[in-house]
Amino acid sequence: MSADASAPDPAPDPVRVPQRYLVLAGGLSHERDVSLRSGRRVLDALRAEGVDVDLRDADASLLDVLADSEYAAVFVALHGGAGEDGALREVLDVAGVPYVGSPPAACRIAWDKPTAKALALRARLSTPASVVLPHAAFRELGAGAVLDRLVGHLGLPLMVKPARGGSALGCTRVDKPDELPGAMVSCFSYGEAAMVERFVSGTEVAVTVVDTGDGPRALPAVEVLPLSGVYDYTARYTAGHTEFFTPARLSDEEAAAVAETAVTVHRILGLRDLSRVDLVVDGDGVVQLLEVNTAPGMTETSLLPMAVQAAGLSFGGLLRQLLEQAAARPSRSSSGS
Amino acid sequence: MGTRGPGVTLDAFTDRYAQRTHGMTASEIRALFAVASRPEVVSLAGGMPNLSALPLDAVGKLMGELVQTRGTQALQYGSGQGDPQLRELICEVMALEGIVASPEDVVVTVGSQQALDLVTRVFCDPGDVVLAEAPSYVGALGTFSAYQADVVHVAMDEHGLVPEALREAIAAVQASGRRAKFLYTVPNFHNPAGVSMVESRRDEVLEICCSAGLLVLEDNPYGLLGFDAPPTRAIRSRSSGPGQQNDDVLYLGSFSKTFAPGLRVGWVLAPHAVREKLVLAAEAAVLCPPQLNQMVVAEYLATQDWQGQVSAFRGMYRERRDAMLDALRQQMPTGTTWTHPTGGFYVWVTLPGDLDSKVLLPRAVTARVAFVPGTAFFADGSGRSHLRLSYCYPTPERIREGVRRLSVVLEEEVELRQTFGSTGISKPSRPQAESPSPDLA
Repeated sequence: MSADASAPDPAPDPVRVPQRYLVLAGGLSHERDVSLRSGRRVLDALRAEGVDVDLRDADASLLDVLADSEYAAVFVALHGGAGEDGALREVLDVAGVPYVGSPPAACRIAWDKPTAKALALRARLSTPASVVLPHAAFRELGAGAVLDRLVGHLGLPLMVKPARGGSALGCTRVDKPDELPGAMVSCFSYGEAAMVERFVSGTEVAVTVVDTGDGPRALPAVEVLPLSGVYDYTARYTAGHTEFFTPARLSDEEAAAVAETAVTVHRILGLRDLSRVDLVVDGDGVVQLLEVNTAPGMTETSLLPMAVQAAGLSFGGLLRQLLEQAAARPSRSSSGS
Repeated sequence: MGTRGPGVTLDAFTDRYAQRTHGMTASEIRALFAVASRPEVVSLAGGMPNLSALPLDAVGKLMGELVQTRGTQALQYGSGQGDPQLRELICEVMALEGIVASPEDVVVTVGSQQALDLVTRVFCDPGDVVLAEAPSYVGALGTFSAYQADVVHVAMDEHGLVPEALREAIAAVQASGRRAKFLYTVPNFHNPAGVSMVESRRDEVLEICCSAGLLVLEDNPYGLLGFDAPPTRAIRSRSSGPGQQNDDVLYLGSFSKTFAPGLRVGWVLAPHAVREKLVLAAEAAVLCPPQLNQMVVAEYLATQDWQGQVSAFRGMYRERRDAMLDALRQQMPTGTTWTHPTGGFYVWVTLPGDLDSKVLLPRAVTARVAFVPGTAFFADGSGRSHLRLSYCYPTPERIREGVRRLSVVLEEEVELRQTFGSTGISKPSRPQAESPSPDLA
């Protein structure tokens, strides 16, 4: 068909400039090694999708690189520290660079386990009873007396965790009172505040929440069954050391409850794009919140990619969609908000 | 509870791995070392030689000419035993420590690490006993573990391996109905202990081993890096009779500390019968050591003032050793002790009270300083009250800053221990490869 000579020339299609993205991985946190692995996996998945993407560390040259290169959006694969406590995202906002994931304020809340748990309780969700104390409290009040009271109050077994941190670093399960001081010392090696939490046995699951524009939705829960009995660093990052069930071996009601809980947590904490909510379904079928991750692991043994696969989605495709969504979002500094 | 299909472990080969892989797991400690590579961190962990003093222009020219003039040989397979010219030159290097050797008894290896592997392969069946100093080189422990040999540690003091402890260890092994195959020792500027076996003990240790029918595996990567005195005569150079040096000693050497670790060229000197087996084992493993790298080393030794270069290395490392010892003296909390190396790369620190170096490491990484926990140097995971500091790579200023940061970390940990009292942290961790990666070993 020939064009109608009398019709005005159609407006030329805007030339679509292929967008370039950046994956940030590494950093200076204790989880640098995990982050580097996550970053490489994200890079590979995006490149397999044909996405033009670079990978780099978050170091002193980052801001210059961001200023000189026109990245459409950044994928933050930094775990722990600045990657999850909101600091890096704050800087990206200031620099006017869009990124996938939650805004700084939400990250700060999710990164601090006690705060996230308190908000969950306020929303009538369940979470294991816990006490959070800095080292100074033990020093000033006498560690022996405080620990005795903790055991009396929470019972045994207990989980001792850094109030802020990931990959189970510094976490110890305590079955006997005399194990508690050692667990506290290990915990304080990773952070300033320790959370002593009642250990809840049951079905441990991780629920990935994604929002690609239609509101947050839960992907199938992944159940973790560490062969050693403890989902510690080794169990997390050594293939073959943990059995995963996707979807989790839960009743339909329980599966619905963990999905609903995860989406609720995502909403009440003000999270964006994607998150992973770690839960345990106790012996009474009650769903209890353990912790929330705003930069979930993306390694070969990580839970989010398993959930994506179980949902029938393409890992690279989802990452691409999230990056495009972030790129289309007005950045905080450029929007002036 | 409904069933929703079988679980997956993400490793389809779990039930097919050899027993020896069981300790090969992800380790929290290893992961922490990833941070040590960032420039913000003062790494006192790595045993990387500082190559900035090498005449890189001359080495580059030499390598280019090698390929241009003898490329068809340099880029071809070579002899399984190693390049003949290099083996001759290696004998000249060993002569500096009193060893008289024939090039025919030298096997060139892919770093002395491969020599360790070959010797262990040739001598050790699973369950055999290897005696090693306490502490011992992490790379050797990894090799012994890979061959499922049991390591029995032998005490050291500031004068090196303690002969009486060696006698007792041999007797205990014999009493248990087992047989020790060899004693593994690093007599000069020990890694990680930073001490040397004194002259008087060398003959005694050799005599004890010979009497017990025990080979000595003498690993000597640092022998030419002494700061204060000419090299001590190697154990291998000791007499076993008129005009004859001792064949009960297998000697391992390396160019990693005197030239360049990236070339991966080391060697083992062994008596004829053993050497034959080592060559066959080496050929089975790698066919031949890298020919180009061997020729680079040979050309470097033949045409450059390599001994002058080693002297420059000694001066550089001496300055760094001094910086570290000064800083330790000024900064370390009361109760901390350390060795005073007269050569090599390492200081071995003993922590005060019940401080635990493995538990300390995350706090140290937060404070932007890294070290290797003592547990890496014991086969049974003990050594928690020790840590290894390396002074070879950072500048003296960085060393001082690193020690300052470490001292703050120790002070904080002392305070934490005071709060919680004796925690008895001795929960045995699962056996796993906690050894640092190659750049840290």
